[in-house]
Amino acid sequence: MAGVQVSNVSRNFGAHKALDDVSIDFADGGFYALLGPSGSGKTTLLRQIAGFDFPDSGRISIGGESVERVPVEKRRIGMVFQNYALFPNMSVADNVAFGLSVRGEPKATIASEVQRALDLVQLGKLGGRRPHQLSGGQRQRVALARAIVTKPRVLLLDEPLGALDKALRVDMQIELKRIQREIGITTIFVTHDQEEALTMSDRIGILRDGRLVQEGPPEEIYDRPQSEFAATFLGDANIFRGDATGNGIKLPDGTEISAGAGAKLAAGAKASCAVRPERIQISTGTGRLESANANSLKGQVSKRIFAGNNSTYFVERAGQTLKVIVQNTGADRLAEGQPVMLSWSPESTVLIAAV
Amino acid sequence: MAAQSATATRSGLRSALPLLAPAYLWLTVAIFLPLSAMVFFSFMTELPLSGKPWAFTLGNYAAFFSQSLYLTLLLASLRLGLEVTLWCVVIGYPAAYVLAKVLKGRSREAIFLLVILPFWSNGLVRIFSWAMVLREGGILDTALNAVLPFKINIDLMYSYPAVIIGLVHSYVPYMVLTCYLTLQAIDDSLIEAGRSLGATRLQVLKRIIIPLSMPGLVAGAALIFVPVVGSFMEPRILGGRTGTFYGTVIEDQFVAVFNWPLGAALSFILLAVVLVILAVASPVLRRAA
Ligand SMILES: Nc1ncnc2c1ncn2[C@@H]1O[C@H](COP(=O)(O)OP(=O)(O)O)[C@@H](O)[C@H]1O
Ligand SMILES: [Mg+2]
Repeated sequence: MAGVQVSNVSRNFGAHKALDDVSIDFADGGFYALLGPSGSGKTTLLRQIAGFDFPDSGRISIGGESVERVPVEKRRIGMVFQNYALFPNMSVADNVAFGLSVRGEPKATIASEVQRALDLVQLGKLGGRRPHQLSGGQRQRVALARAIVTKPRVLLLDEPLGALDKALRVDMQIELKRIQREIGITTIFVTHDQEEALTMSDRIGILRDGRLVQEGPPEEIYDRPQSEFAATFLGDANIFRGDATGNGIKLPDGTEISAGAGAKLAAGAKASCAVRPERIQISTGTGRLESANANSLKGQVSKRIFAGNNSTYFVERAGQTLKVIVQNTGADRLAEGQPVMLSWSPESTVLIAAV
Repeated sequence: MAAQSATATRSGLRSALPLLAPAYLWLTVAIFLPLSAMVFFSFMTELPLSGKPWAFTLGNYAAFFSQSLYLTLLLASLRLGLEVTLWCVVIGYPAAYVLAKVLKGRSREAIFLLVILPFWSNGLVRIFSWAMVLREGGILDTALNAVLPFKINIDLMYSYPAVIIGLVHSYVPYMVLTCYLTLQAIDDSLIEAGRSLGATRLQVLKRIIIPLSMPGLVAGAALIFVPVVGSFMEPRILGGRTGTFYGTVIEDQFVAVFNWPLGAALSFILLAVVLVILAVASPVLRRAA
């Protein structure tokens, strides 16, 4: 097993920059999510690491060994494809055995390794089936068993759960995580599902238009987004735009918002603040505000969506719609049209430099 | 519930009948009637059209077994069919692979057109063009002698290789098309999956691509083998005196000797032999696939 270093990698398709100077250090044994909208270059980056495609510039190394010009079959990687890519002309066991058998391993070794891999993905009894006789979730497991049975240095997965329905996807997320921990393999996981990235990975890299926007542990990206894009792509955020004041921003209407987190910006620069909807307290304005909530705004409820354990309020304020999520504590709910007071602490406010 | 769906299927069939009727009518008129007439002829002593008296006989079939010439020619034709089919695989499969997996867009269309072209050209024109290329002092001879520093004599005309060349050229598009269809249906990610598991390009070809394109190879082989075994035009024109095959003998019975009953009997013996070969080969090929 091994870590992967991607340094200043660029890949152009004609005039289109699919990857633009991307550098990421994937630690040995870590579970890494590459997150980004469709077309942001996630698959392209994964294909450079796998060796299906080669970068125009930059370096890639696996386990300290430089691999930019090493073809895929020599890189000792395991890959799981979105459509599973199981060989339809082979049984499940032969699919899993493929990687060992092309290496010329002895038959007895292959049989026992294949059985072990199938047991690991809990398909021990289905080795004799054909891929078309399996459900989507089972195919996914076979694809995973096939990728790890050769003991690759890195496991690469390109939106592996995208084709599964929601309930099965959550099961497979847990399962994948368990297997990854059990064998301790460096894993790079491409997804466009932010929830999946948050719940599964040790670190997340957010891509946009071929550039790495931000990279770090999920908590750090969620709590300290460095751009409006990162703030809104990973989770929900209310964005306020204005001029930096030194300890926050001043909105165009003169309202000041103080920020206790994020960038340090000189006064006067264009800047924005991001506040997560669940950090905002909403009230009728008659009761007392929490003392820590130094930021406050008046607004009017335009819509409420009840989701059982919580409610989402949409609040109109100076032409902007703000989102507030309130846990269901049994307290009185606010009616649509009601004037309200929003308040939150500077610690919940992240200052972001405008691009 | 089950009964309901059964009636639904039946009424579906009934409503489909008007749609199917023309097809069945066509099959009856175009294939079944002439074929039955030929079966009938093959048991006659004389063609009734000539006005001579005729009777039923097995003699036409017996003729095949009484003269070893027919069996020799049949074996030669089967060998010809096998060789032409093999050459079509050797030439057509790589071409189909390049078309399906390597070329994209415009260049694919252009090459496709070149492959299909023999289909669209008249068979006789095609064969006579080959005659011009292959004969002594022909295009190939002249061209090679213009390029090569030493004198060589190329006269492939009226030889077995000429027959093979002409037939392969006529039939290779079938192989390209059937293989192209199965090859382009193979998802590229299967090839990538194989390579990511450490397989070389050759191993991917042997273990994934060829097995998955086997149906196309088999279909192409059947489409080529059957007509080549009975072929007469290419052997006659390009083979000359060496071009006597089972198919040319059958043709003689119909157009030269006017012994239709014998020609029909020989045709049905060929049909039976080919059907037996296909029946024996198909389980073997299916297992390979
Ligand atoms: N082989 C290719 N040829 C041309 N353009 C490509 C190719 N592969 C990817 N692209 C382009 O590069 C961009 C990034 O693609 P991709 O990495 O597949 O995005 P993602 O996986 O994040 O959805 C897209 O705009 C896509 O159209
Ligand atoms: Mg993708």
